[in-house]
Amino acid sequence: MNQAAASVNWTPDQPMVSVKDVHKSFGDLEVLKGVSMDIMKGECICIIGPSGSGKSTLIRCVNALNDIQQGSILVEGLEVNDPGLDKLELRKKVGMVFQQYNLFPHKTAIQNIMMAPIHVLKQDEKEVEERARMLIKKVRLEGKEDSYPGELSGGQQQRVAIARSLAMTPDVMLFDEVTSALDPETVKEVLVTIQDLAEEGMTCILVTHEMGFAREVANHIYFTDRGIIVEHGSPKTFFDDAKDPRTKEFLSQIL
Amino acid sequence: MDTGKGMLSNALSSVHGAPPTDMPVLLPMAAQVRRGALIERREGTYRLDVQRHHIVWVAVLFVLAGVAAQAATPEGLIGPWEAIWKWAPFILWGPEGELKGFSLNLIISFFAMLFGTVAGAALGLMQVSLLLPVRQGSWFVTQFFRNSPWLVLLFTIMLLFPFEINLNPIGIDLIIPVPDWMKAVIGFSLPVMANISEVVRGAVISLPSGQWESAESLAFTRRQTMWMIILPQCVKRMIPPWINWYCILAMATPIASIMGVEESVTFTNQALNAEGDRPELIPIFYAFLLAIHFIYTYPIARWSIRLEKQFAVKI
Repeated sequence: MNQAAASVNWTPDQPMVSVKDVHKSFGDLEVLKGVSMDIMKGECICIIGPSGSGKSTLIRCVNALNDIQQGSILVEGLEVNDPGLDKLELRKKVGMVFQQYNLFPHKTAIQNIMMAPIHVLKQDEKEVEERARMLIKKVRLEGKEDSYPGELSGGQQQRVAIARSLAMTPDVMLFDEVTSALDPETVKEVLVTIQDLAEEGMTCILVTHEMGFAREVANHIYFTDRGIIVEHGSPKTFFDDAKDPRTKEFLSQIL
Repeated sequence: MDTGKGMLSNALSSVHGAPPTDMPVLLPMAAQVRRGALIERREGTYRLDVQRHHIVWVAVLFVLAGVAAQAATPEGLIGPWEAIWKWAPFILWGPEGELKGFSLNLIISFFAMLFGTVAGAALGLMQVSLLLPVRQGSWFVTQFFRNSPWLVLLFTIMLLFPFEINLNPIGIDLIIPVPDWMKAVIGFSLPVMANISEVVRGAVISLPSGQWESAESLAFTRRQTMWMIILPQCVKRMIPPWINWYCILAMATPIASIMGVEESVTFTNQALNAEGDRPELIPIFYAFLLAIHFIYTYPIARWSIRLEKQFAVKI
């Protein structure tokens, strides 16, 4: 479905998302100072680090919500740092879930899910509705189809937001601190949903503070501090065998 | 310094740009001002604050004016209540079959609101355009008409417009008369347009940026985002200030009397004239006029406040 763009000559043995030497400033403040990472198809990676270290900015750059000043981000061969970038094409490949859910409050849960496939992808309404019901089931929200976001708990809203992104059949999912605004008891239901996705082979990039989740689900962990990647590795080496003193200090505070 | 007060002061200065106060006695007042300012900023306008006790004040004024006039009425002339009774139909409807007087105030207010809303909505959308010249141009037009005195705008329009438009020069055998009240409609439409433009802009920018971002990340175009996601949410927010502006407009329409439009004030003066310009009747006739406007505007203004509260809970 997403192979339309002619410029893409990407093959699955290449990284699905390739970030190279990315620099990003807000005015005088340099937030990203040369960040690189490769994410293969089906991988789930977690980006962790102290607040203000640029992790959210980084994943917002991946779907061009923020532009970058220098470097390159390739998503399935599509160069994000290209003035002529077809943003719509990029955003059909990349789904994003936000900390504040950002559901459309004037639409019911199922309408939230159906809107973009119908109006952006111009898909058949019947077919989209069928898929939306499947997604609702997948995020375990049967019976909430016709509820408005205001009538749902934070965790339920966030799961609708995940389903809404999935309805666009993206190849990569970005999760920007999606559990940070939730009550502790609803964090788990959202994490389970994401874990299901990762286990099904969805390529996931998460910015998170959930260390338990990162250790259990991630294939790879990146630790950022002050705009650079300080250290990265498999969860085991990262949590048990951190080398950099900044990582050690962060872990000692958080674990 | 206790931090609680510090936080409040910071919040205040972020709204007003005013320095934080160190006088605790001012804080409750400051909090109230802040709440009002937040609403006004969101709606891009100030808001009528009608309260139930205003009914009493208008009634007291009316009765006092009547009692005073009664006392001052010379022997053999009709009293104030009788005079009001006699002239009320004329002030309300004008001569039979003509829909003038107060009903013309309403007609002017309906049409001015209609044109002002249509033009203001378009202008407001231009104010949030991505194109800089469009944004700046519409901003200028909005600010120009928003900050001009209504009376001066009305004068300008009424003196600028011809009393008839002759289409003969372009080959159509038609002369369209432009009565004064139509000119007044145009004159009132302009400030309404500018204020509605601000209401629209205020509603659009008051939505959390997350709505734009999530729409963007779902690959909606800007136009789709605007029409399918942003504006439907704005409509609810715009209704209370829109009603509010209608009330302000309805109360402003008597200004047209200065230009001789045959609306309620003009006819009140004519009625007073016909009663021999008796000075004791002037206050009671104007109190009557006030009461009519109040009776019309009060329920609408209350309704807007109620909607405001209702919508505030749901959003």
